[in-house]
Amino acid sequence: MQARYLPYVLIAPVSVFLGLFFLYPFYLVAQTAFYDGAGWSLKNFQEVTSYWKFPISFKNTLWLAAVVVPIQLALALLMATMVNAMKKGRDLVLYIWTIPLGISDLAAGIIWLAIFEQSGFLNSMMHGLGFIDRPTALISYQNPTLIFVAIALAEIWRATAIMLVILVAGIGLIPREYYEAAQVFGAGRWKQFLRITLPLLRPSLSTALVLRVILAFEVFAVVQALGGTLFPVLMSETYAYQFELLNGSAAAAVALIILGISIASTIVILRVLRVPKGATI
Amino acid sequence: MKLKVKLTSAVSAIALSLTAVAVQADVLFWSTQAKPVEEAQAMRDQVLSGADMAVDYQPNDGGPWLTRLNAELQASSGSIGVLGALHGDFSAMDDADLVDLGSMGVASASATFNELAKLGTGDMQYIPWMQASYIMAASKEALPYLPEGADIDALTYDQLIAWAGNIKEATGEAKFGFPAGPKGLKHRFFQGYLYPSYTNGVVRTFASDEAVTAWEKMRELWAVTNPASTNFSFLQEQLLNGDAWIAFDHTSRLAGAFNERPDDFVAFPAPAGPTGRGFMPVIAGVAIPRTAPDMEASKAVVAHMLKPETQLATLRATNFFPVVDVELPGDLPPAVQAAGGAVAKMSGSADANPGLLPAGLGAKGGDFNRVFVDSFERIVLAGQDIRTVLDDQKGKLAAIMNETSAPCWAPDAPSEGACPVE
Repeated sequence: MQARYLPYVLIAPVSVFLGLFFLYPFYLVAQTAFYDGAGWSLKNFQEVTSYWKFPISFKNTLWLAAVVVPIQLALALLMATMVNAMKKGRDLVLYIWTIPLGISDLAAGIIWLAIFEQSGFLNSMMHGLGFIDRPTALISYQNPTLIFVAIALAEIWRATAIMLVILVAGIGLIPREYYEAAQVFGAGRWKQFLRITLPLLRPSLSTALVLRVILAFEVFAVVQALGGTLFPVLMSETYAYQFELLNGSAAAAVALIILGISIASTIVILRVLRVPKGATI
Repeated sequence: MKLKVKLTSAVSAIALSLTAVAVQADVLFWSTQAKPVEEAQAMRDQVLSGADMAVDYQPNDGGPWLTRLNAELQASSGSIGVLGALHGDFSAMDDADLVDLGSMGVASASATFNELAKLGTGDMQYIPWMQASYIMAASKEALPYLPEGADIDALTYDQLIAWAGNIKEATGEAKFGFPAGPKGLKHRFFQGYLYPSYTNGVVRTFASDEAVTAWEKMRELWAVTNPASTNFSFLQEQLLNGDAWIAFDHTSRLAGAFNERPDDFVAFPAPAGPTGRGFMPVIAGVAIPRTAPDMEASKAVVAHMLKPETQLATLRATNFFPVVDVELPGDLPPAVQAAGGAVAKMSGSADANPGLLPAGLGAKGGDFNRVFVDSFERIVLAGQDIRTVLDDQKGKLAAIMNETSAPCWAPDAPSEGACPVE
């Protein structure tokens, strides 16, 4: 076989797979969303956006992503630099830190529910230490802030590792020479981080952020386990339309709205963290 | 013993995969009922083992259940032989997709149930299979706090609120448990209990002045309800762990508490309001999709499910009661005895005001439930003005009724054409 065809042959299976199981279903979903039984229209979108819970779930989804992702980014950067500076036991620490990645998100939600429940670990501990007289219901409709905090904590615990692995790989790619040169000129640790690590990490950072932000907009199982119906997010609306109301068109419309937000944020992240053409590390 | 069970199931799993060809000949019973592992196993071992042919019982959640069924119907070829589901699941289906079972000569003992099973058409779309209801249950610890002069078997909503209030005052904790969780059946409480008891209707009276009173009572009740109720979906759990002392739920969702500690709990009828003691049945049915691979075998399974001895075995397996006339033996599980007694008292009470399941709503059943759940979330959880919310939700309800042209069902007065929201 001629060498110039080889790349195309190699990507052919993936392209067929994506075309069949991603593009075609996507086309069907888009068709369902824009079709109202008689012709093309925006009726499904009007229906879902005029529902009283839509603004709440929209706000909750964005708000959760806005709080969780920056914290995860900071934590992942911190952890990645720590791992990178370690001489011994680096792999072991990395393995332990990435354990939450192997846990399904529903399981993660249930683990944190076991902590925050009325008869959960947190309550028993505070009761045992004498801080409270009797276990109280922490996650209830009266405590919207606490529900938010619990969900944010669970998300941070569960999904920081995905950014960590990407950043660890990215830091490993930065040539040592830059740091040595910086040391010669007397730059401290902090300055090295700001002037060398961060700029050279831009490609990894944008990958990690794009991946994480998209996942943050799709948050569902953790929210379902911890907040139930008290903390509606866009994905739980999709689920409710599809399985409770058996309204596939409306579910498709919400799904496309989520897709729209994801695309918009991806474009923003890629623009902001753009590596100028011709620049290499 | 446990290891033995595990071993047996592992061996049978291997055997199953080896005999995959043979399994194809089994009749696939695709069900939304008896989902918990123990119930599903009891269905296989005790209920279906008595059938003449091999039946593969597979329960699933409503969503996946419908997804697979629809896929088979769209492909016009399928492997599902028999469907087991609630009345509401069937009414959401296209009636052309279910085989007419009227000629089979089996039916329930209740003419009302048989009529409901026609789903508004002239044919038997499904055969009523088993029934249940919603009742109240209380821990015996709660009994000393009953308000003076109150009879637990003839409570009113005011007495229930006072009772839960006494407990809150004495223990400092709200101990009434309400199934307001994501999978909880709260909408049935509003449709079958609160509305009939206060307004003697569900649809017609949705936004009436009496309905405003009903929601005010709901707020009072909520004030003495465990605030964690928004996470409660199966009240047997909260009864057992003590988070709830009084509870309202589906009989089979309370059964665990009675079976585990029969001496600690009592079952009793739902409370009464100004227009009687509203209550509502739950009906599950068996049906055959038009794509069933072996129609005769499927019909034989349906006939088997309606036999008196199968109905009793089903009762033991699922805590759902028979729909045919059958003498109940004395050695039934505690949950069945407790629930049976409470349901009998409820339907036999002087002020009984039985309602029916929503009928004729087709695929809009979910939207209909959402009207009530949204009203609850806005009025009770978010504290919005009752009149404003009801007037707003009224439009949505009227739209659903007009779109489906569903006529009124009891306790609403009959209507010609779509049930009007007054």
